[in-house]
Amino acid sequence: MSATDAKAAPAEKSASASAAAKPAAGSSRLVKAGAELLLDALEEQGVEVIFGYPGGAVLPIYDALHRRTSIRHILVRHEQGALHMAEGYARSTGKPGVALVTSGPGATNAVTGLADALLDSIPVVCISGQVARKLIGTDAFQECDTVGITRACTKHNYLVPSAQRLPTIVHEAFHVAAEGRPGPVLIDIPKDVQFEEAPYVSKADAVLREAGVKAEIRASDVETAVDLMRRARRPVFYTGGGVINAGKGASDGLRALVRATGFPITSTLMGLGAYPASDPQWLGMLGMHGSYEANNAMHDCDLMICVGARFDDRVTGRLDAFSPASRKIHIDIDPSSVNKNVPVDIAIIGDAGEALRALLAEWESRASAEAPEEGRLDDWRARIEAWREVKSFAYARSSDAIKPQHAIERLYQLTRDRDVYVTTEVGQHQMWAAQHFHFDEPNRWMTSGGLGTMGYGLPAAIGVQVAHPDALVVDIAGDGSVQMTMQEMSTAVQFGLPVKIFILNNSYLGMVRQWQELLHERRYAHSYSDALPDFVKLAEAYGGYGFRATHPDELDEKIIAMIDAPGPALFDCVVTAEENVFPMIPSGAAHHEMLLGGAVTGEEIGAEGRKLV
Amino acid sequence: MSLNPSQSVYPVAGPAEEASECVLAIIVDNEPGALARVVGLFSARGYNIESLTVAETDVKRHRSRITIVTRGAQSTLEQIKLQLGRLIPVRRVVDVSAEEDALQRELALVKVVGEGDHRVEAMRMAEIFRARAVDITHSSFVFEVTGAREKVNAFIDLMRPLGLSDVARTGVLSIRRGIAKD
Ligand SMILES: Cc1ncc(C[n+]2csc(CCOP(=O)(O)OP(=O)(O)O)c2C)c(N)n1
Repeated sequence: MSATDAKAAPAEKSASASAAAKPAAGSSRLVKAGAELLLDALEEQGVEVIFGYPGGAVLPIYDALHRRTSIRHILVRHEQGALHMAEGYARSTGKPGVALVTSGPGATNAVTGLADALLDSIPVVCISGQVARKLIGTDAFQECDTVGITRACTKHNYLVPSAQRLPTIVHEAFHVAAEGRPGPVLIDIPKDVQFEEAPYVSKADAVLREAGVKAEIRASDVETAVDLMRRARRPVFYTGGGVINAGKGASDGLRALVRATGFPITSTLMGLGAYPASDPQWLGMLGMHGSYEANNAMHDCDLMICVGARFDDRVTGRLDAFSPASRKIHIDIDPSSVNKNVPVDIAIIGDAGEALRALLAEWESRASAEAPEEGRLDDWRARIEAWREVKSFAYARSSDAIKPQHAIERLYQLTRDRDVYVTTEVGQHQMWAAQHFHFDEPNRWMTSGGLGTMGYGLPAAIGVQVAHPDALVVDIAGDGSVQMTMQEMSTAVQFGLPVKIFILNNSYLGMVRQWQELLHERRYAHSYSDALPDFVKLAEAYGGYGFRATHPDELDEKIIAMIDAPGPALFDCVVTAEENVFPMIPSGAAHHEMLLGGAVTGEEIGAEGRKLV
Repeated sequence: MSLNPSQSVYPVAGPAEEASECVLAIIVDNEPGALARVVGLFSARGYNIESLTVAETDVKRHRSRITIVTRGAQSTLEQIKLQLGRLIPVRRVVDVSAEEDALQRELALVKVVGEGDHRVEAMRMAEIFRARAVDITHSSFVFEVTGAREKVNAFIDLMRPLGLSDVARTGVLSIRRGIAKD
């Protein structure tokens, strides 16, 4: 066997349909306007809620929505928000999220959210209005080449040519968004198509194309993988967002396999929650700001089992020094992820849950025939314990100022008994949240990992709250990021969605400042926010609740008040301003070259590293 | 069960991977934007396109065949194939250069301007290459030459000192010999 077999030219991707498109016998060829066909198809796809914003090119769709009660519409304040809400909805439920935007500026505002969903493989269907067919290409009012602009930031997109094609396109869009490696799909519907009449085509009758290569998990690969696992003396599981995307069954499969083997496990930022953080085999997150034990285990292991992760540069650090002594097994649904950045020995292409169950079955049948060598992991476990002792997430405590890490710890402690979902913005607070808030279940943690979109967290939290009205949903935010989509507070108030926005306010674009401190000799060029709003008043102005804590002694009581607030709340947590996120693997460094907290001067980062992002 | 020598245990640096040429036949649904997706993928990911041809080849099923000649290290070529496979309208990606029985052809129109001995020499070369003169004036020829890419390249190179003035090429087309289908 070899990893290369797995990426042989794919066989013809076939069209699949439960039944070939047939004019359903007997059924009246009832025709309806495109806008109605769209909503019929959305209903059939099980869509309960749309996050949208109206405009000229989608008025017929809004008119049709007005007459239906089956689909709820959440009016956003900016189309970027609609997309992030759809993402939050999707990530917390596993179902595709749906957004609706108008042509031109509506569509261009949606681009950031589409790109975000593409990089994090989140199933989202975005419907955009377009100018009428005969106006396309004339620079008409609010015309833009939406399919052209979004081609590079969607998994697939469509310009609907006629009402006739509309239902099939909608069904295919949902299939493409959710099948294989999930992603965003955009459907651009010219306004006249929304009026044009045609018969409905049901999901069962629609002829759909495949969204990916259907690969069989080969028994020989599973056997070889288990051979390696039985022989390994320094194994580690390295898991990612793919496990979450593959559904609850994949997380269960992972837990069972990890426990059966006794191997240590780490995960990317995207994969947190797939394996419980409270378990002793858990090493914490890996990567640029991951734990000392996770990164050292990755560096020194002799067998790496990667499940649904993609060897991204935030994880590997310097590629030519990445885990130099390990054999690598890679399980992924997307064959193009395999051998892209790091060559691997065994590639298993397929659904993570199925692959994990196959590995477990093989592991158990072999273990019952002949148990793996007793005690072979003892040395490895001892080394891991020694790394744990370093306590790389530790920080200097303070009794008179709120440390950002402490604030997250308190937030975690005070919410752990609740049904809690956490989203984040992007920056230092995001990393502290990943380090100090712990997840025992999948789909509880939503963060913009791939694109790193400031402004993601608040709308994503709203999307989560829509799906889980009774849960506690917290956006862990920075004072910079939160201002990028702050206006969605108004959405939360309008729809009675009691999200909690917990701002670690350091008055800096903290992550930028940290890099400037370490890489640019403390020249803090434009990373200080001089005129922050009064967040408490701002919350109140929106009709929400505002809280502020400036001293550790008042933190708990205020957090509890925030949790108990009966509506959307903003918490201005004033923290020490110049705190850094440690540990840190500087760009261009290897896993064993981590900087721990304490006396880091910046000298540690080489000239080459400075050139990297 | 034995395992191949590991390709992931370092040092794997070895000699830098050499770039080679690769001809890909990409069978796509003939729908608006299909070509843009394929070409956009090449430009977005920094892959080379040395030549490209496209036309509908199966009218009934609305399929087009895009033939792309690209260059890159073996691992890059593998990525290109897999990335193409992710595009929804792409039905199949065939690595024609990996097939021993693939026929490859390109057509070029080559304009040569000159007088005297150069004309005679150009005509003689054209005969050897079985190029047809499809337009003739007292001071110019337009030759039509078909063949494998290398042959077309060689013909153009030979015309250079003889007054080569203009070239138009179709890009490479390919198909398998015998009864095998792509
Ligand atoms: C839309 C966008 N613009 C710029 C950046 C670059 N960036 C990354 S982190 C960061 C600072 C974030 O500041 P803040 O939200 O206050 O969080 P902190 O790091 O202080 O916790 C910036 C500007 C980004 N990630 N996203």
